[in-house]
Amino acid sequence: MFGFGILSGLLVLPLVGALLVLATKNDEAGSRNARWIAFWTTIVTFVLSLVALSRFDSKQAGFQLVERMNWLGENIVYQLGVDGIAMPFVILTTFLMPFCIAASFYSIKERAKEYYALFLLLETLMIGVFASLDLVLFYVFFEAGLIPMFLIIGIWGGARRIYASFKFFLYTLLGSVLMLIAIMAMYWTAGTTDIVKLLAFKFPSGMQYWLWLAFFASFAVKMPMWPVHTWLPDAHVEAPTAGSVILAGILLKMGGYGFIRFSLPMFPEASLYFANLVFALSVIAIIYTSLVAMMQEDIKKLIAYSSVAHMGFVTMGLFTLNAQGVQGAVFQMVSHGLVSGALFLCVGVVYDRMHTRMISAYGGLVNKMPIYAVIFLLFTMANVGLPGTSGFVGEFLTLLGSYKANTWVAFFATTGVIFSACYALWLFARVVYGKVEKHALETIPDLDARELALLVPLALLTVYYGVQPDVILNMSQASVDALIGAMKTGLGGKLALLAQ
Amino acid sequence: MAQAIVFLPLLGFLIAGVCTLLAHKAAKGSEVLAFGNADHSDHGHHGTHDAHGHAHDDHGHDDHHAPEPSPHSEGISRFAEVVTTGLLMVACALSWVTFFNVALGSGAPIRITLADWIHVGTFTADWAIRVDTLTAVMLVVVTSVSSLVHLYSIGYMHEDPARPRFMGYLSLFTFAMLMLVTSDNLVQMFFGWEGVGLASYLLIGFWFKKPSANAAAMKAFIVNRVGDFGFALGIFLVFWVFGAVNFDPIFAGVAGKKDVVVSFLGYQVPALELACCLLFMGAMGKSAQFLLHTWLPDAMEGPTPVSALIHAATMVTAGVFMVARLSPLFEYTEFAKTAVIVIGATTAFFAATVGLVQNDIKRVIAYSTCSQLGYMFVALGAGVYQAGVYHLFTHAFFKALLFLGAGSVIHAMHHEQDIRKMGGLAKKIPFTAAMMLIGNIALTGFPFTAGFYSKDAIIEAAYVAHQPGHVYAFICTVLAAFMTSFYSWRLYFMTFLGETRADKHTYDHAHESPMVMLIPLALLAFGAFAAGAPLAHSFLSEPGEHFWKGALFTGAANHTLHDMHDPAKLPAFVPYIPMVMMVGGFVLAYFFYLKWPQIPGQLAARHPSIYQFLLNKWYFDELYERIFVKPAKALGTFLWKKGDGALIDGFGPDGVAALTQRITARAVKLQTGFVYHYAFAMLLGVAGFVTWYLFSGSAH
Repeated sequence: MFGFGILSGLLVLPLVGALLVLATKNDEAGSRNARWIAFWTTIVTFVLSLVALSRFDSKQAGFQLVERMNWLGENIVYQLGVDGIAMPFVILTTFLMPFCIAASFYSIKERAKEYYALFLLLETLMIGVFASLDLVLFYVFFEAGLIPMFLIIGIWGGARRIYASFKFFLYTLLGSVLMLIAIMAMYWTAGTTDIVKLLAFKFPSGMQYWLWLAFFASFAVKMPMWPVHTWLPDAHVEAPTAGSVILAGILLKMGGYGFIRFSLPMFPEASLYFANLVFALSVIAIIYTSLVAMMQEDIKKLIAYSSVAHMGFVTMGLFTLNAQGVQGAVFQMVSHGLVSGALFLCVGVVYDRMHTRMISAYGGLVNKMPIYAVIFLLFTMANVGLPGTSGFVGEFLTLLGSYKANTWVAFFATTGVIFSACYALWLFARVVYGKVEKHALETIPDLDARELALLVPLALLTVYYGVQPDVILNMSQASVDALIGAMKTGLGGKLALLAQ
Repeated sequence: MAQAIVFLPLLGFLIAGVCTLLAHKAAKGSEVLAFGNADHSDHGHHGTHDAHGHAHDDHGHDDHHAPEPSPHSEGISRFAEVVTTGLLMVACALSWVTFFNVALGSGAPIRITLADWIHVGTFTADWAIRVDTLTAVMLVVVTSVSSLVHLYSIGYMHEDPARPRFMGYLSLFTFAMLMLVTSDNLVQMFFGWEGVGLASYLLIGFWFKKPSANAAAMKAFIVNRVGDFGFALGIFLVFWVFGAVNFDPIFAGVAGKKDVVVSFLGYQVPALELACCLLFMGAMGKSAQFLLHTWLPDAMEGPTPVSALIHAATMVTAGVFMVARLSPLFEYTEFAKTAVIVIGATTAFFAATVGLVQNDIKRVIAYSTCSQLGYMFVALGAGVYQAGVYHLFTHAFFKALLFLGAGSVIHAMHHEQDIRKMGGLAKKIPFTAAMMLIGNIALTGFPFTAGFYSKDAIIEAAYVAHQPGHVYAFICTVLAAFMTSFYSWRLYFMTFLGETRADKHTYDHAHESPMVMLIPLALLAFGAFAAGAPLAHSFLSEPGEHFWKGALFTGAANHTLHDMHDPAKLPAFVPYIPMVMMVGGFVLAYFFYLKWPQIPGQLAARHPSIYQFLLNKWYFDELYERIFVKPAKALGTFLWKKGDGALIDGFGPDGVAALTQRITARAVKLQTGFVYHYAFAMLLGVAGFVTWYLFSGSAH
């Protein structure tokens, strides 16, 4: 209809919702309308994405639901489409959005309608990142996503929000400038920015290294990889709860998605060449940030650091260049989106009640909030990678893949299972277990119906994907196999080098 | 049927979970009610508090705001107890049927695929159930002890308002343990492995108001994770060597892989040796072997039924089960088996020495468990897997008996656990004393008890084995047998005989436990005999024969079991050595603790360094604190403040921001206005752009 397909619909719907939200009045009734409009928009978008999923054939490796229009001439096009790698992220985005909106219902009181409009705009941009099949279009979505997030942190954030939002902006912008230059170079070399054509194009070896590094600069910051990770803890700490959920749930996945969409297939020789660099940075991330996480005094900061460690498993898995590693990385990203999103919601629950994120301000919550304790424990265990939760599958598969690629990497990365237990259980022990010794906690109420409605679905999914991970793995299987197959033919005997 | 055995406990867990929530709701309702009636019932409430006051304090449940259990929540709790216990008993009955079919009868091993799990590339791991003789033995052990512990807990925990939660955790543990023993691949085993770890964490920390319980729970989980680190690496290696994680393809392919050499951390090592060593590291964690044992004594912070079920009879034997399950792999190794026998022997000796001087009734038994687990590994390392599994089987009964008996003592003594404050209790609680006596003689290996058959087999196996290190293992196990006898009788004499050292009030009020606690004791005591003579022959038969039916494997060159019956290989005096040790330990304990009770104190005073060394458990906790915990914390803080803060941020965003400000300030000073600034920047940009364009042009 109208020459547009379902993916365009996914892009337009939140924008329409955003306009409606902006049209509401500036009084209390208006802000109530704003949040309900925003909520239902995200629900409808989610349902539409499920329709898209139902039309998606996971047996095919190529792009589906493709739609194409000329944009800036014939070579820079408005082209959308998804494959088995992009689809899970589109669904993850549309799925997490209603949670973000609902999580903000009572915690956002100032400028509510601008807030919800920005979130809806952000949704469009994020879906755009995962659905774009043109490099320029991708870049626009990728960079534009910065702006709403920058504003969300900068306006509705905590005490040091200005510092955090600028740090966030500075880091990500720095990386993306280099990517823009690389995109221009690719256009001049290949004559197009159509991703489908670029995937078939073979860039000269020497050029691949520079292009790879330029993309790497951008994706590494987004991931974030060590040592360009320090923006993340600050951004998380200052962001409102829903901002943290999106940041951890979706924005962090853009880097990983970028690696798998561009770096690996378009610059295979460079990917192979730099694999050891990525491994080294990943392993450092896992150990270094786990140790730092252990010593944090702020709950959100601790979870933010643990996110960096978990993203280390993702980058490590991607560059193993084998099915287990790459699929494990995709799974780990989806799982982390659910689990860390839920953990930030859990922090939001107590923050809304106590207005502090300091670990030392809590203790003995289980006495007053037993249901909260159960749910928090479940997500803590998923964060630790307990088998039976989704957290295990991604971690296990990426480590399995890395063992094949490099035993040193596997050896050091597997120590992460010990460190994650240390920081996660210590946090749980200090916040939830023990006696209630703080007077302010005496009357803290347990989860209400809205909070249960937010956390229970995530909890169920965390267990479901832990027991039935094939639901996601099958979705990405064909595309990942095709990717690895193409890399193998492209690299010839060189891939064997990696397997040493 | 096999599905029912595994999933009934899960059902029990879920029901108990719902009950926990309902009971909580009901209690909250009555809290409101109680506050409303505060004026009228104030006095009555205080009365109830006093009656239970002492017990509550020890449990950490001294929260004075805790609501009085309402009749409604009482009913829910009782329902949860009955349901979980009932379901476990059904599972237990089915397990015995399975045992008679598969192990004792001629039923075929069971293979059931339940559902898909993880499929990626060539990697396949499914949810499945595998029941052969080895699993059937474990099923019987796990469900029998678990159902008795469920039953016992109804009595033991009757003062605790969180009973449904407790029963739920017990059932959850049982489910995870059953998933572990019925797994058909290494990854599902890992699921059960970590699942029991979670349940253990929850149960050790059950009294979550006690900081020591929380610390112990965390310690147990983290130390186990150190073992799991090795387990996980072992799984990875096995997959890349065999192309599978399912047992059948691995076992079928093992002969062809015995000369495979893999590269690991830059070294070329035999694949099977390395895989077995890594997997054994997992076993060391779970079974609390030397170096990774530190969590087990602390785990005694949990309620005593937990110690009996998890930290004596079942979970801690998971490592033994794993090595036995993987016997086809271990049979092709030399170094790994030597590692198993040496670590096992060291554990047996080390834990026994520490057990000599402990004063907490549960800690003595905990160290005894640790030591007995060492025995089992000695048997495995010697290549007599049957003896290891058999000792696992017999030990489950008499050690659960000892722990539950200790629980009965603690119950009688109002939560006193220090044996220095006991004595003479046989008069007050004769039935418990009799049951503990049976547990004791079984543990020390008295003839005709179960321990006699299994422990002697291990000591004989260590004597005739071919592994390097078997002489060391023989000496360690013999010495440990002496110490086992000594500390067991020390415990018994100090608790039940002689003059009492308890204060008069506690002693006078010591009372025998209710029937619901005594029946499990009696049944376990029966097991401590029945697991012996009637089954010894079956268990200690060749792996290919009628009982095992290939569930265990021994290589063609492994004659150890055969040699144990060969007078030429096993001199006639060897079987008498354990007996001598047992009697020796008894006699010494008799003189030390009944005849001349002043001697131990004098001995300790004369050799304070040895006494302190043993009392402080060879200072392992202090050592680990110093070399792992403190440095990790210091490093974490250092990386955070110096690495992230000073270095990355200092030279990164903060540094750039400061630098920009400085440069701008200078630029403003040097130049007269912004026009120059912009022009300069533009010039730079154009120059860079042109340069880059020329370069990229030449690339065409």
